[in-house]
Amino acid sequence: MFKRNLGKWLITWPPTLYLLIFFAIPALIMVVASFRFPGDYGGLLPLYHIDEATGRAVIEVTRENWRDYFTLENYARLTEDSVYLQLFIKSFYYAGLTTLICLIMAYPLAWLIARSNQKVRDLLVLLVILPFWSNFLVRVYAWMIILGPNSAFTKITNMLLGLLGIAPQSFMFSPFAVVVCLVYVHLPFMVLPLYANLEKHDMSLLDAAQDLGANAWQRFWKVTWPLSLPGVYAGAALVFIPALGIFAVPDLLGGTDGIMIGNLIKQQFLESRDWPFGSVLSIVLTLFALGLAGLAALIGRASSR
Amino acid sequence: MALLEIKNIVKQFGDFTAVDNVSLSIETGEFFTLLGPSGCGKTTLLRMLAGFEQPDSGEILLDGKNVANVPPEKRPVHTVFQSYALFPHMTVADNIAFPLKMAKKDPADIQKQVSKLLEDVRLAQFGNRFPHELSGGQRQRVAIARALANRPRLLLLDEPLSALDAKLREQMQIELINLQKEVGITFIYVTHDQGEALALSHRIAVMNKGTVEQLDIPEKIYGFPKNRFVADFIGQCNLLDGTIVEVGSDRMKVEIAGVGIAETLPAEGAKVGAKGTLALRPEKIKISSSLPADVADEVHFRGTVHDCLYLGDVTIYIVELENGLLLEAMLPNSASGQAKFFNDNDAVEIAWRFDAGHFLTE
Repeated sequence: MFKRNLGKWLITWPPTLYLLIFFAIPALIMVVASFRFPGDYGGLLPLYHIDEATGRAVIEVTRENWRDYFTLENYARLTEDSVYLQLFIKSFYYAGLTTLICLIMAYPLAWLIARSNQKVRDLLVLLVILPFWSNFLVRVYAWMIILGPNSAFTKITNMLLGLLGIAPQSFMFSPFAVVVCLVYVHLPFMVLPLYANLEKHDMSLLDAAQDLGANAWQRFWKVTWPLSLPGVYAGAALVFIPALGIFAVPDLLGGTDGIMIGNLIKQQFLESRDWPFGSVLSIVLTLFALGLAGLAALIGRASSR
Repeated sequence: MALLEIKNIVKQFGDFTAVDNVSLSIETGEFFTLLGPSGCGKTTLLRMLAGFEQPDSGEILLDGKNVANVPPEKRPVHTVFQSYALFPHMTVADNIAFPLKMAKKDPADIQKQVSKLLEDVRLAQFGNRFPHELSGGQRQRVAIARALANRPRLLLLDEPLSALDAKLREQMQIELINLQKEVGITFIYVTHDQGEALALSHRIAVMNKGTVEQLDIPEKIYGFPKNRFVADFIGQCNLLDGTIVEVGSDRMKVEIAGVGIAETLPAEGAKVGAKGTLALRPEKIKISSSLPADVADEVHFRGTVHDCLYLGDVTIYIVELENGLLLEAMLPNSASGQAKFFNDNDAVEIAWRFDAGHFLTE
């Protein structure tokens, strides 16, 4: 019995252990941290001290004083200032907008790749993933140059705007710059799952739909789109979730207007040295994202009936 | 006026001529079959009728109107695809309702019509199933019901039974014949299976290399193939090369090289010295250890059994004639249990009536 399962155990345990140690336990630590107080110099208020005489750890929390060590105050802080809620909403908005733009841009591209012949297809897939070969920050910095005041893009755009009688715009350090860069960074994550889905579509279904009286729009809307939904969901998840928590892009391109919840979390852990509140924000963000995914799954199930 | 008239249709793909100057006329209510080997142009012709391909030249007249350049979605022509092409994300009922919805029929009518169609194809209980939950035969019936939903002028069937196993195929053939009678819609059926074509069709067009070799009722196609290709393609056929040596009023004599003289029906425009092929079905050849040689109207030869193919109901004997020519003769096996009447290398005599075969001049 044991022998027969040994191989299975050897294969499945290391990744399970890995996830346990580096995902589940840290997440649990964060949950605990969200109920604690910050330490005097950052970190968390210690729950024990080392007795200098004995060298042993002495737990300071007792049945009487546990309220000095554990609190719901960090969560209450969320409601004290509407700026946090606004930041959450704004982050969801930016991530959602990024997802939508990625979807609109990736769909025709994925379709084109899926319908090309094998050789062209491989080349196009390679081109889609090519940006991954350069460093993420380098690509973000490149956008700082492209959107900066002295770039050809900015100059030409402002010239064209000038012809329309619109005052010159500054693109850097704005929500616009953030979303543009988020779309750029995440586009391949939308293209690849969509391509993988569209590539498997049976073309005779489109012939059948056309034969039965469907015009081009109906063929897309009634056949291709519903069959591509698994790809759309996968792509949307792969774009939305990382975009929601990202901090590097808004940090570098967003200025004061374009910051997202990720920046606030980073700020709590680094600049403000308030780990408990940073933990609260992280947990709430995760719960929001999970709730949204659950809602999407419910809607998906209801509409497929 | 014929329902469908195809006039001088030509379709080329690069240098390859898929359909070469084909003209056909098909009547309302007909079960018409395009039969031929793969690459003969039958599917290309069907796709032009559906509208997926445009002919390079020629006309497709449906009810007298040229539809050659009308897109598929605007033609009153529906197709049953070889792979069925059922929409996997829709239930059986939704699949059948699809063409009705596209035609913007009243939703209440659609529902009524869908349940009627489901009954017609004996799938009344299956409306809420998804295609992947059905068997091959059931899927096939859904595909047919869907294509019939809008009552098209023409139903095109592209090898619809090729994915089914032999038993089910036979059953579906009977269903197809009945269904076609019931709905009275013209069926154009594409197949490479000659048995299917003979069983189903009112008329058959045998195609080869982009042209129609013979167009006739099944009995004529089988009994009187017009040329070597048709004779060879439809059923088993012995093809004996020979030369005409004498032409009479009701029969003629053909010299089969190295075997002897065989009497046969006079071929059209037969001339002494003309070369050709004597086409002879295996089931029309008598075979026995001894046959009277002087029966009137019979052709008589000797040979030895070369091979036997036991097929259950019949056995095919391959008989080697004196010059090494191989001839197939088919004999029904007796009901009393005797299966094979001859063994390899048995000396046998064979004979056939002079009008059993017919001579195809070159």
